[in-house]
Amino acid sequence: MASPQTRERDLGRDLHSENQILNMGPSHPATHGTVKFLIELDGETIVDLDIQVGYLHRGFEKECESGTWYQAIPYTDRLNYNSAILANIGYCLAVEKLLEIQTPERCQWLRTMAGELSRLGDHLTRCGAACLELQAMTPFLYGIEARELAWDLMEMLCGARVTSNYVRIGGVKHDMDPGFPARCRDHIVKIRGLLRDYDDVVTQNRIFVDRLRGTGVLPKEDLIRYGVTGPILRAAGVPLDLRKDAPYLKYAEVDFDVPIGTVGDNYDRYLVCVEEMHQSLRIVEQCLVALEKIGPGPVDVDDPRVRWPAKGRVFNAMEELIQQFKAVTEGPMVPAGETYHAIESANGELGFYVVSDGSAQPWKVRCRPPSFLNLQPMPKMLAGAMLADLIPTFDFVNMIGGECDR
Amino acid sequence: MEAFDSAVLRRLLETRGDALLATHATHGDATALVDARRIVDVLRFLRDDPACAFDMLADLCAVDYLRHPDHEGPRFEVVYHLLSTSHLHRVRIKAGVPELPCQIDSCVEVWPGANWMEREVFDLYGIRFRDHPDLRRILLYEEFEGHPLRKDYPKERRQPLVGPRN
Repeated sequence: MASPQTRERDLGRDLHSENQILNMGPSHPATHGTVKFLIELDGETIVDLDIQVGYLHRGFEKECESGTWYQAIPYTDRLNYNSAILANIGYCLAVEKLLEIQTPERCQWLRTMAGELSRLGDHLTRCGAACLELQAMTPFLYGIEARELAWDLMEMLCGARVTSNYVRIGGVKHDMDPGFPARCRDHIVKIRGLLRDYDDVVTQNRIFVDRLRGTGVLPKEDLIRYGVTGPILRAAGVPLDLRKDAPYLKYAEVDFDVPIGTVGDNYDRYLVCVEEMHQSLRIVEQCLVALEKIGPGPVDVDDPRVRWPAKGRVFNAMEELIQQFKAVTEGPMVPAGETYHAIESANGELGFYVVSDGSAQPWKVRCRPPSFLNLQPMPKMLAGAMLADLIPTFDFVNMIGGECDR
Repeated sequence: MEAFDSAVLRRLLETRGDALLATHATHGDATALVDARRIVDVLRFLRDDPACAFDMLADLCAVDYLRHPDHEGPRFEVVYHLLSTSHLHRVRIKAGVPELPCQIDSCVEVWPGANWMEREVFDLYGIRFRDHPDLRRILLYEEFEGHPLRKDYPKERRQPLVGPRN
């Protein structure tokens, strides 16, 4: 039995406690993405966080260097598998810049439209999965149902739903089906309805707002120094959107707004993503109108270096047969040089830095992955936050393993 | 906006001309090859100079020019793509890195975002960044032998199998 003096001294002393290390991932049910967090916790407060990426590293750049320029396109599909077409477009625009090719009007409208459908699918997955990981099943299903509609349109346009492989160097695989505009307009109405349903359940939902508001904040100066782009940066109030600031394809000719946030917390990120989906639908509608207005026409550039001759000519003329043979066995030769082209993907600036030595094989294809750079400052966003804040922050950082790890 | 900006090259030529080895603007991409010993100085100038104001390091990567038909100079090049969010212009800075000693100064103190990208270059090319706060592999695992994006790394090479770790 301790003496009263000792008891008094013990009660006045701080309790001894030590931090614990928690392993989360690489395959955790509350994260959509294969990544491992090594979290140092003091109770439920995050003291330190080490993010370990690389679980989905498949040697994208090495594979690109060992094939032809064309053979790299299917690999770009598998970077961000939520919005494959945007990566297709980014890569092809970079190679076209090296070849100094200008694609036909119709091709550019088709690419713009396909890219926006793709962005829509990406944002739907992000917002839907965020609800799922915050234990709300219903809005996730609304999101996925809308994504199904977007993917139906993809299927009708490209023949594939996810890894679409639609864009070619100097063109697209084929023109859209004559029934596409009608189906697309029909689906846009349905998607808008689902977005309304989603909005009704989520945007004012007390639990959702409480989990998101005020979490994962980082000042915009820090975000810029860390190279963060896309909806995260826009939510912090920086209106940087390459579709507006460095317009490529037909973005200078379509009317759309760039939503920005004020605080830069997860709730702002959510609101920015939702508004961007509405803007994407607006762009798709304008593309349909433009495509109908310009009428049928070529979707490929008329350049024998990159496009194959018409099949009828191949069977009946010697020169075209030789051209086809060379195009298939060797692939296009890209003039020596280097170039960088960046587009606005669903996650931010998706850049491709391509280097050619003048042969039919890329010397270097570097993909500037937005997910990788957006994930990097996450420990800063979460310093001193609760463990539960990690889930929504990671949801809206929207790290896509395929793109982050390449 | 003019994506890549040649005015930046002129500004660089005026103020840091002694560190510049070559410049070009092919395909409109303003590019400067910089003396690797001066790289951090040049990058810091580009960040702080009000006319340049490159507040974002958009991309950092390396290229291996081993057996490239018309490349002269050191085997590796580290390539920096800078973006200014206020002026909305870009520039590409390159610095040569020889095979031995395969190292260059780190620019993490200029832009903290360089941290992971330099780790990636170290991981895949084996280029060491001096004064990097945490230079470990990032995409591959510790036991991986060699640096796969080097041109003399065969694609078919097998790697030791490692078990699960904590």
